[in-house]
Amino acid sequence: MNRLRVSPEALAKRRFLQRALAGGGALLIGGCDRLGESESFSKVLSAGESLSRGVRDVVTAGRVTMAQEFTTADLSPSFRGNGNTDPDSQEYTAMAASGFSGWKLAVDGLVDAPASLSLAELRAMPSRTQITRHDCVEGWSAIGQWTGVPLARVLELVRPKPGARYLVFHCADSFGDGDDVTPYYESIDMQDAYHPQTLLAYALNGKTLPITNGAPLRLRVERQLGYKHAKYVMRIELVADFADIGGGKGGYWEDQGYQWYAGI
Amino acid sequence: VEKAAMAERALSASPRHSGYLYLRHRLSVRLTHWLNVVSLIILFMSGLMIFNAHASLDWGKSSYTGRPSFFEITSRMGGDGLPIGVVRVFGHEFETTGLLGVSKDADGQTSEHAFPWWITIPSRYTLAQARLWHFFFAWLLVLNGLAYLTYSLISGHLQRDLAPTLQDWRGIGRSIRDHLRLQKLAYLAVIFVLLPLIVLAGFAMSPWLDSLLPGWVDLFGGRQSARAVHFIVAWLLVAFVGIHVFQVVVSGLWNHLRSMVTGHYRITAGRPSAIASADAPVSREQAHE
Repeated sequence: MNRLRVSPEALAKRRFLQRALAGGGALLIGGCDRLGESESFSKVLSAGESLSRGVRDVVTAGRVTMAQEFTTADLSPSFRGNGNTDPDSQEYTAMAASGFSGWKLAVDGLVDAPASLSLAELRAMPSRTQITRHDCVEGWSAIGQWTGVPLARVLELVRPKPGARYLVFHCADSFGDGDDVTPYYESIDMQDAYHPQTLLAYALNGKTLPITNGAPLRLRVERQLGYKHAKYVMRIELVADFADIGGGKGGYWEDQGYQWYAGI
Repeated sequence: VEKAAMAERALSASPRHSGYLYLRHRLSVRLTHWLNVVSLIILFMSGLMIFNAHASLDWGKSSYTGRPSFFEITSRMGGDGLPIGVVRVFGHEFETTGLLGVSKDADGQTSEHAFPWWITIPSRYTLAQARLWHFFFAWLLVLNGLAYLTYSLISGHLQRDLAPTLQDWRGIGRSIRDHLRLQKLAYLAVIFVLLPLIVLAGFAMSPWLDSLLPGWVDLFGGRQSARAVHFIVAWLLVAFVGIHVFQVVVSGLWNHLRSMVTGHYRITAGRPSAIASADAPVSREQAHE
């Protein structure tokens, strides 16, 4: 009975509303997808990242902020390995089999004194041990105790040239298979490189760094997300600009669309 | 203002619409409202895509504490070799195939992501893109919220229309019948509790913001607790929006929509109840203008 009394105007409104809702939903999903694919709109969206970085620089104003450090009571029972957990290249497998005795870290690029450092040499340098939380971009966190040489000590050794603005970490692991292999790499700026908690870590929870977590050497850059913490580091290259390296965005995941600044 | 209202009354006096229109929502309120609508929808949907990258929640500082997650959306193999979508809450398992854990993607292929494609932005699995969307609209929500608060404090909107009066507080016990008071409290809870909480919990997930004041994240119980709070508050906001939209629909959808678009709300002579319903707090704004 009630239905009969609905005026044509109300019916039209109702139909409009139904269509608006259905159309709006489809438009929202389809529209967002299409916008997200377009390069110019991705640039608009990444204004969020630029704003975050700008605010960070204003808020910290040159002050060195420290990542939270934890106690052994907070340690995760096992430290999750993610991404590549075993670089299966012949070269790496051979090095691993010999306990990385033949492995050397190359530090070159815009430096006055390029260096090639063995694991023993790195272990002999001043070290720092810290219990920090590793935050993956996926959302999970794990707490581990890292021991390594502060990157600043290595930089003192190689003496960066004035033009050096970034450190590029070339790694032994890669994604893809067969002929279509993309090596992992990462980059950080000088500010993070000289940060007291930034380490080249060779030990996790008091033991030699396991292969899962980046043996023989991985980067710890504690105020950023996990993908910045390059594992299986083979070479550190100091550069003025990383536009010519890899996909040009400063890292393997950055080339896939992730933010270069991963502090958020 | 009184003159303008009278003029509108005269203009809108037609046989079919007895009553009159008055300015209920000022431009600033309308603008911030719709920016909120857009931001919250995109934040929610891109947030669900981000959640899909790690579809479980833990309480504490890390995800690996030796205790199982208290909430998890995942999939397991069924007896027939087909995946079954499951949600586990405090050890209780619910089968959710088709919706959560296992669903069809946009192309009709079986997908084992936690939330289905039609509720995420982008609609395919891409954490990098979802983060771009999320942080852009997070900034929009925060800046919009600050603009709203600044305006509301300066103009007196907050004190006049939303702040609970002594009477409101006294009436809480019997306010189940009294929409208006409950609704004021609901708006206040959203503006001053839920929205700040979800923003702070979001901040707590940023390793850089954590380093600004080491240890502040422990106020939430740790980063993973903050992540859980962020997720739960998102759904509380969805519940609020659901109730809000329901109230708008039942108490005069078109009138409310008009008032939130053009600012003008119609008071119908024969239906005094319209005044006491949904956005009645703002009717006092009129009285004071």
